[in-house]
Amino acid sequence: MTRAHPIDLSPPVSDEIKYTTCYMCACRCGIKVHLQDGAIRYIEGNRNHPVNRGVLCAKGSAGIMNHYSPARLTQPLLRVGPRGSGEFKAISWDEALATAAGWLGAIRKDDPRKLAFFTGRDQSQALTGWWASQFGTPNYAAHGGFCSVNMAAGGIYSIGGSFWEFGEPDWDRTKYLLMFGVAEDHDSNPIKIGLGKLKARGAKFVSVNPIRTGYSAVADEWIGIRPGTDGLFVLALVHEILRAGKVDADFLARYTNAPWLVIQAPGAADDGLFARGEDGAPLVWDRAKNAIAGSNDPDAQVSLSAEATLSDGRRAVPVFHLLAQRYLDPRYAPDAVAAETGLDAETIKRIAAELAHVAFSETITIEQPWTDWTGRRHERMVGRPVAMHAMRGISAHSNGFHSCRAIHLLQMLLGAIDCPGSFRYKPPFPRPAPPPLKPTGRPDQVQAGKPLPGPPLGFPTGPEDLLVDAQGNPCRIDKAFSWDAPMAAHGMMHMVITNAWKGDPYPIDTLFMYMANMGWNSAMNVPGTLSMLTDKKPGTDDYKIPHIIYSDAYFSEMVAYADLVLPDTTYLERWDCISLLDRPICDADGAADSIRQPVVKPDRDVRPFQDVLIDLGARIGLPGLLNAEGKPKFPGGYPDYIVNHERTPGIGSLAGWRGADGSEKGRGAVNPDQLQRYIENECFWRHELEPEQRFFKFANRSYLDLAQRMGFIGKAERVVLHLYCEPLQKFRQAARGHGPIQPPDEHRARIEAYFDPLPIWYRPFEQAAVDNEEFPFHAITQRPMAMYHSWGSQNAWLRQIHGANRLYMNRAAATEQGIADDDWVWLTSHQGRVKAQVRLMEGTNRHTVWTWNAIGKRAGAWNLGAGTAESEKGFLLNHLISELLPEREGGYRYANADPVTGQAAWYDLRVKVEKADPVEAGETAPRFEPLHTPPGLRERPSLLQYGARFRAERDA
Amino acid sequence: MTSLPRHSTGKKLGLVIDLDTCVGCHACAVNCKEWNTGGYMAPLTDERPYDSDPMGVWFNRVHAFEAGEGAQSRTVHFPRSCLHCAEPACVTVCPTGASYKRPEDGIVLVDESMCIGCKLCSWACPYGAREYDQREGVMKKCTLCIDRIYNENLEEIDRTPACVSTCPAGARHFGDLGDPESDVSKLVASRGGYDLMPEMGYKPVNKYLPPRPRKDVAGAVGCGTRMEPVAGEAKGLLGWIDRMLS
Repeated sequence: MTRAHPIDLSPPVSDEIKYTTCYMCACRCGIKVHLQDGAIRYIEGNRNHPVNRGVLCAKGSAGIMNHYSPARLTQPLLRVGPRGSGEFKAISWDEALATAAGWLGAIRKDDPRKLAFFTGRDQSQALTGWWASQFGTPNYAAHGGFCSVNMAAGGIYSIGGSFWEFGEPDWDRTKYLLMFGVAEDHDSNPIKIGLGKLKARGAKFVSVNPIRTGYSAVADEWIGIRPGTDGLFVLALVHEILRAGKVDADFLARYTNAPWLVIQAPGAADDGLFARGEDGAPLVWDRAKNAIAGSNDPDAQVSLSAEATLSDGRRAVPVFHLLAQRYLDPRYAPDAVAAETGLDAETIKRIAAELAHVAFSETITIEQPWTDWTGRRHERMVGRPVAMHAMRGISAHSNGFHSCRAIHLLQMLLGAIDCPGSFRYKPPFPRPAPPPLKPTGRPDQVQAGKPLPGPPLGFPTGPEDLLVDAQGNPCRIDKAFSWDAPMAAHGMMHMVITNAWKGDPYPIDTLFMYMANMGWNSAMNVPGTLSMLTDKKPGTDDYKIPHIIYSDAYFSEMVAYADLVLPDTTYLERWDCISLLDRPICDADGAADSIRQPVVKPDRDVRPFQDVLIDLGARIGLPGLLNAEGKPKFPGGYPDYIVNHERTPGIGSLAGWRGADGSEKGRGAVNPDQLQRYIENECFWRHELEPEQRFFKFANRSYLDLAQRMGFIGKAERVVLHLYCEPLQKFRQAARGHGPIQPPDEHRARIEAYFDPLPIWYRPFEQAAVDNEEFPFHAITQRPMAMYHSWGSQNAWLRQIHGANRLYMNRAAATEQGIADDDWVWLTSHQGRVKAQVRLMEGTNRHTVWTWNAIGKRAGAWNLGAGTAESEKGFLLNHLISELLPEREGGYRYANADPVTGQAAWYDLRVKVEKADPVEAGETAPRFEPLHTPPGLRERPSLLQYGARFRAERDA
Repeated sequence: MTSLPRHSTGKKLGLVIDLDTCVGCHACAVNCKEWNTGGYMAPLTDERPYDSDPMGVWFNRVHAFEAGEGAQSRTVHFPRSCLHCAEPACVTVCPTGASYKRPEDGIVLVDESMCIGCKLCSWACPYGAREYDQREGVMKKCTLCIDRIYNENLEEIDRTPACVSTCPAGARHFGDLGDPESDVSKLVASRGGYDLMPEMGYKPVNKYLPPRPRKDVAGAVGCGTRMEPVAGEAKGLLGWIDRMLS
């Protein structure tokens, strides 16, 4: 039978549309939120937005479920039971703020260092870092120390930019993409959009990753490398291209420090430093004049090889000379690295040949004249269409800084930086390598009741920039910028709890954290961390960490360990700015920033964290937060600050529509209507670069002038790319006994070993320290594309996609051990044991086991019901990872981190895998006491029919 | 039993899904859920959303699996939804006429007002594309976003299924597969798009594009497998590198 089925083909979609910025991960896509009677009907990508161009990932599409999550905190909480019990009482905001101001105000009057203020994956670091500096504590950082500081520092010290936020592959032109260890959310939508384009054009995509999921699954070639050996693989590629002479000599001579002369005077204080002229500029050898010249002489015909005799009679050689000697050594030959990397030498040779072929035989040309820093006009832009991208798989190893530098070295040798088809900078980068910004917090810079003279974080270029006292001891609670981790540009959040508990280097009073699940999936050594958070001073009832203030929108595992909980809003209820002063959303062709605006009003007694921080700052009298009359300077809270705060005259949080009438970009007076102008432009601003400014930005006159005008860089000077990183050599020279500031003796050997000015490779520390026969596997995590850290499990839709994680093993390796699919196994490291259920796969390096990150949950947290898979079967590798390396002579334990940057070495983990007894099957271990639900959480529904009301209203 | 339309316009609206670029991110599945839980077949009920064994109605699911063994194996991400078959057994098996195929455009739909929840259609569908809403007692399924694709309240550019407009990798395409001149038909022709399980005879309208040939063998990017050395040791390279400078 047939009959008519009436359908309304044009139903109303919504009664209001508001634009804002997504926050379901760190990607910061533009979104268009459809509202019906004030409720969220639908969230879609904003087609005009520079980040996502209209698309939206699974996380972003599930924003409704995070926004209405029953795990949302609803009111300020004060702990009434023991720490960790989850026993709280609800208090008013007045009481909460008075309590926090009481603790913080007292600390500031006494010793500001006693505040440790650390934020997680928040996007308001321009505010939080400035606030910490106003407070006067050096003990501030965000989560970069356990995320990507190796990539940021490795890039910034080498090329004055870095992967992800400060650069991107030239998706529209590259013919060959080499991607290393990319967690599947860095950076989520732009990579997926880019891969789609790249494959449609027929470019080759090579993915180097021990695990074949996500992007690696669609790669033309998957290189299933052994974890932690990427740097060695890259240096073998370098060896091959040097051996074949396939380097871009002109690029090296013009744009890098390849010709700079390095003093060769073993034993001298300046051995290994650049020979410099009277003006301080490094020297080069001019082969036309057969004489020494300044590296800033645009007419010098530089040599990349010639040994020179300096005016004092000493010998110096160009950087390229040292580099060629280093990497042509047979120890970097493909055959020599094959066993360590687990790769076939022939594959390494072929990849090197392909890179060279594409770079030098498939050049692309854009007929666009441009002028370089010297004033020379170039008729066209010639590109070497080889692009590289790298993230977590490089970053989270203790050799990650050097591995990252090795990748940049390879890019420079191929001339494949910011040319058509290569890696491209996103403004405001490139900046000088590194930018002239030093951390503050030395004893002479910290005073009771006073701000710091500068920011807590920065880029040291030598021992004089370290935050150490006269004895060489750390000044920061996390020991960043000390001899433990001299170039810890993002701080070391992973060390705060351990050090605060030990009182090493000194005790603190208050640990103030925001959006950082340090009681669970953001901690290394979770069981140890929980006992440190709850440990008391002997014989007293006082906690070793006296006060913990925590702000979060949700009932994460960390909430139970706070004394005072400040409930935050969801991302759809707040103002925010994605600032050029912090982590911008620019693309290679334009500078951009954006805002969040509240699209719905909170239905709970919660406040945006940034409003709270500004309020607290005024209450405790931080000078930058008070006006001349001593009254709050930003009574309108964060939006007031976003518009009216100026970092330096004319430079504020947002670069768009500055000036009284909104006509200025980058620099300009405060515009009271600025936020309205953003809202009218769908909550973002973008300034597109002129065609002549889009490539070779490090040396492009027109771009550099623009960057200076816009406030991206201080001076419109070229950015030299650093193959040879002189600051590393300065630290090494100090370790060798030179200069006024030297490491204490126990640190000397380590500094000497790891502060090599040219990239080196060494075995990750844990692998080097433990018995590799006892612990034969590497253990690492991957980020599922549909989840962002711990946030996804509270999401009714996303938890149906990833409800429990398995331990993935290479099928052949597992079979050898008699382990079959679905078996339960014990995973043991030198630190602890975890029980997990196995899934076998082919696409995993045979020396590696892995799991999805942050799926395992503590029972009771996130307002999930009893017996959920997340807590019964879901597990974390965190329990197996120590935050400290084994003791050295003298009993000292360094952080389990990169020795240069302090980056947490999550991926260095080594384990053994043993089949569990059949009676042990069925649930994970260790298990922790279920958390009590704090007061005020909404009851979790047993049935969800989200959207039924929209249909009912339409039908009515 | 329900008859297929006797006359049709020849229009066959459907999807083309590119397995070469699908990275398995689930954007299509979740955006579909988000649109449709407030859309024509609302709601897409979730049972036990925050407890053990949560189970919801999804019109689109992405499966990840490996095919082959050892070096020959590959990881496949496979999005699965209603294929809007030309000869849909789910329609002909329907005892009430609730399941039907639209003569105008070939979209297979369920009229909930007539559905008795007997589930015969889900047994008949070899693709597992039907989703029973236990709470509502009716069968639900992909509507090809019938409330978007003709919706005059949306800008013309947005009149596509949610899964297509949200797909970050550009792996999903929508159009008239009955028109050989349409973009999707040309795409299918040029990329060797294929039917899922054609042997079953249901003539699915949706097509899948196979992975492109992979450039993972010698010569695939137009060069040899290794480079000739010109500098065995540093001295050699340093001897002539300056001559490469312009």
